[in-house]
Amino acid sequence: MNDMTPTREEREAKLQGMGCKRKRVEDVRFTQGRGQYVDDLKLPGMLFGDFVRSTYAHARIKKIDASAALALPGVKAVLTAADLKPLNLHYMPTLAGDVQAVLADEKVLFQGQEVAFVIAEDRYIAADAIELVEVEYEELAPLVDPFQAMAEDAPLLREDIKDKTEGAHGPRKHHNHIFEWTIGDRTGTDAAFDKADVTIKEMLSYHRTHPSPLETCQCVASMDKIRGELTLWGTFQAPHVIRTVASMLAGIPEHKVHVIAPDIGGGFGNKVGAYPGYICAVVASIVLGVPVKWVEDRMENLSATSFARDYHMTTELAATKDGTITGMRVHVLADHGAFDACADPSKWPAGFMNICTGSYDIPVAHLAVDGVYTNKAPGGVAYRCSFRVTEAVYAIERAIEILAQKLGMDSAELRMKNFIEAEQFPYNSALGWEYDSGDYHTAMRKALDAVGYDALRAEQREKRAAFERGETREIMGIGLSFFTEIVGAGPTRNCDILGIGMFDSAEIRIHPTGGVIARMGTKSQGQGHETTYAQIIATELGIPADDIMIEEGNTDTAPYGLGTYGSRSTPVAGAATAVAARKIKAKAQMIAAHMLEVHHDDVEWDIDGFRVKGLPESRKSMKEIVWAAYNQPPPNMEPGLEAVSYYDPPNMTYPFGAYVCVMDIDVDTGVYKVRRFYALDDCGTRINPMIIEGQVHGGLTEAFAVAMGQEIRYDEQGNVMGASFMDFFLPTAVETPVWETDHTVTPSPHHPIGAKGVGESPHVGGVPCFSNAVNDAFAFLGSTHIQMPHDHWRIWKAARALGA
Amino acid sequence: MSKVHIELTVNGKAHESLVEPRTLLIHYLREDLGLTGAHIGCETGHCGACTVDIDGMSVKSCTMFAAQADGAEILTIEGVAAPDGTLHALQESFREMHGLQCGYCTPGMIVRAHRLLQENPRPTEAEIRAGISGNLCRCTGYQNIVKAIQHAAATLAGEPFQEAAE
Repeated sequence: MNDMTPTREEREAKLQGMGCKRKRVEDVRFTQGRGQYVDDLKLPGMLFGDFVRSTYAHARIKKIDASAALALPGVKAVLTAADLKPLNLHYMPTLAGDVQAVLADEKVLFQGQEVAFVIAEDRYIAADAIELVEVEYEELAPLVDPFQAMAEDAPLLREDIKDKTEGAHGPRKHHNHIFEWTIGDRTGTDAAFDKADVTIKEMLSYHRTHPSPLETCQCVASMDKIRGELTLWGTFQAPHVIRTVASMLAGIPEHKVHVIAPDIGGGFGNKVGAYPGYICAVVASIVLGVPVKWVEDRMENLSATSFARDYHMTTELAATKDGTITGMRVHVLADHGAFDACADPSKWPAGFMNICTGSYDIPVAHLAVDGVYTNKAPGGVAYRCSFRVTEAVYAIERAIEILAQKLGMDSAELRMKNFIEAEQFPYNSALGWEYDSGDYHTAMRKALDAVGYDALRAEQREKRAAFERGETREIMGIGLSFFTEIVGAGPTRNCDILGIGMFDSAEIRIHPTGGVIARMGTKSQGQGHETTYAQIIATELGIPADDIMIEEGNTDTAPYGLGTYGSRSTPVAGAATAVAARKIKAKAQMIAAHMLEVHHDDVEWDIDGFRVKGLPESRKSMKEIVWAAYNQPPPNMEPGLEAVSYYDPPNMTYPFGAYVCVMDIDVDTGVYKVRRFYALDDCGTRINPMIIEGQVHGGLTEAFAVAMGQEIRYDEQGNVMGASFMDFFLPTAVETPVWETDHTVTPSPHHPIGAKGVGESPHVGGVPCFSNAVNDAFAFLGSTHIQMPHDHWRIWKAARALGA
Repeated sequence: MSKVHIELTVNGKAHESLVEPRTLLIHYLREDLGLTGAHIGCETGHCGACTVDIDGMSVKSCTMFAAQADGAEILTIEGVAAPDGTLHALQESFREMHGLQCGYCTPGMIVRAHRLLQENPRPTEAEIRAGISGNLCRCTGYQNIVKAIQHAAATLAGEPFQEAAE
């Protein structure tokens, strides 16, 4: 060796593989304004569609008169339910087994519901024309409060299914009932509560909110009638599923439907499902024979496309007097709005709500969820979380605090006492999950040490005493949360969407000179997939990440996959990437052995090539092996070097973390200040620490927004209150706290590279942490629970009610 | 609808157009000139995704008619890099500090930061946070955007980057 020979470290660094803070590939175009988003698309002859929307929450449509709109120059057509009925497209299936009106059929069921679709030459004319469509309504009594949905005299909302006593998930108990889903041991749980020394019960409401990505939902549909082919560009987190749905609904063979998801300006769960806008754009393009664009505005986005949460969780814990939790019982009233448009795997009407036993070794539990209809927008989607995991973690993490309060015990100590021990993994939970790996005690201790927990509690005691002496009007809250997520859906044996198993895929092709193109079934909306998947391949195959191009979103070229949501990209498609790379590596090994004239068992992997065991100088680099694959493959071996993997995960992954929030609250104004926020995440193997940190910052900011004010509220008449950024709380840089991040690493034992996924952890763990901080601040005044969102006004009201 | 004649300079290039009086500047830039870097996020002037620089001021181009830009000199994200393609320090720093994720707010954010650094070449963290408070980002939580702007400010001043105490 001479001095020019790169060291092992230099060779490894050159790859920019897993574990390095590789700068993002995507940023080169985004920082120059050269991203390609749906609304950037402009096709010759393209028309623009816009909706006439219901002004009422609940009303009968007496008449729709579009004649004035049609008379406006530039207006090409107006579609109503009457036009869609003959095509059987006035209703579309939802992912939750319900149907949703594409255009309102005889009745409107929520304010903002799609009533007619106007197609015009440009968006200005379309906006004029929707004002000219006259809709005559007969107002009906609105049902807004989910707790009144199953009252005997509650108005009948869904006339289309009024005779259906059996829903997609079993019997319906009432005309506004959707499903009841139960799991766990009811008798055993009741017995645990009967025997308990201490029990707590609290109705924990997780309010209705909205993912609200900065780019709204939009699409361009273009039907080529000569070829009989439909091309649909759109903001799709799951483009392949949209292709299948579009094919089934439009009756066009799937290979003649080309769905393309270009760059997406954030998704957060808002862009998983199918919306009436997509269907109407497709129908309009088929009818008119030209491309049709549909772009919703912000008010439409907030008030009509899928909301999140609206779970009302009566949560109970049973425990011994020394603080050992002996049982958990939860009943959820789930408000789905006018149609059950959840984007959950088919067999899970309440998502993975049964992760609600959290990070604790709770021997017995029972969960029941009742879904109901109300006169509100349909949903609810998983807003930056795996299906209903945010709700589940909120329930258990608030309940732990309430139990600690009742026991007179420190809540950190109560958590430590009840954590699943590291030796118990794989751990089977009372509600049916097999947690893959974890080390909760280590993570919690690290978090408590990092923030100086004992000193914080001492400071809080002093401040409380000073408050009680009347020396200050400021109180201090310490919020803890310890979450276990369940992500990476999922094994095809129990997870499917519309019958399609929730595998995911990767296809890797290495070209003769070593350039790689890899395509995935997922779709980035800002997560940096073009950067991180390349890092996995770089490490697995010893090819520099800069020589690897990642493509997603074109359903013609990418292998079929279920898309990006529920933190599933790394757990599922990331696994597929590693498996496909390993198939290539196995072939490369055969080629290397042939080139080196030894048996393939006599060569071993060495960073970026294979060497003969015991003869490290005798080696072939991947570059040489790749060329040989096209130039002189071994006898009886096919040329070329590519592989595809459809990965069916054996289990979900279970990321976890420990968060601490320190908050000061002025009781006279309700104004709070987040003094400190510390987040420790364990997402298993870390592919790109820079991107992980960015995901945590973003997720915490969304958690902050949701816990502290972000809400879709309705008045008693079903009017949406504040569906614009004037009222809907999106924090600016000024309000957003500073985030401290930390980590432990407990790899997933069943994932090829041990990664668990991280994008949603900070939202899941962050919301209860903020809420616990507010609740902890007021606990010494006798409060057990204050409902979210904790905006200044509500905090002030709570302070007044508690006599602060 | 009768049209209005406008003459303006965008990214150093002169344009002469006939526009409807009601055409918003953002739509003129995106649809007539094909400059799709600035985005539309809210249409109510809150999000700042449509931010461009007009005669030395940051302006949300969804709150202004194209007709009002007659005679204006406009800079959009497409004009921030040097004519030879060399990226501006802000563009480099946003990548270096991971100051973007989905990229949708990025053009407006960078154009705003570009003006901010001319108003105040060495802003403090608090000044940066206040200075970009008209631009919403849903992905990053702003922390790395603040760092990116500090990094660019140091680069432009020819000084080493020092992370400000948070």
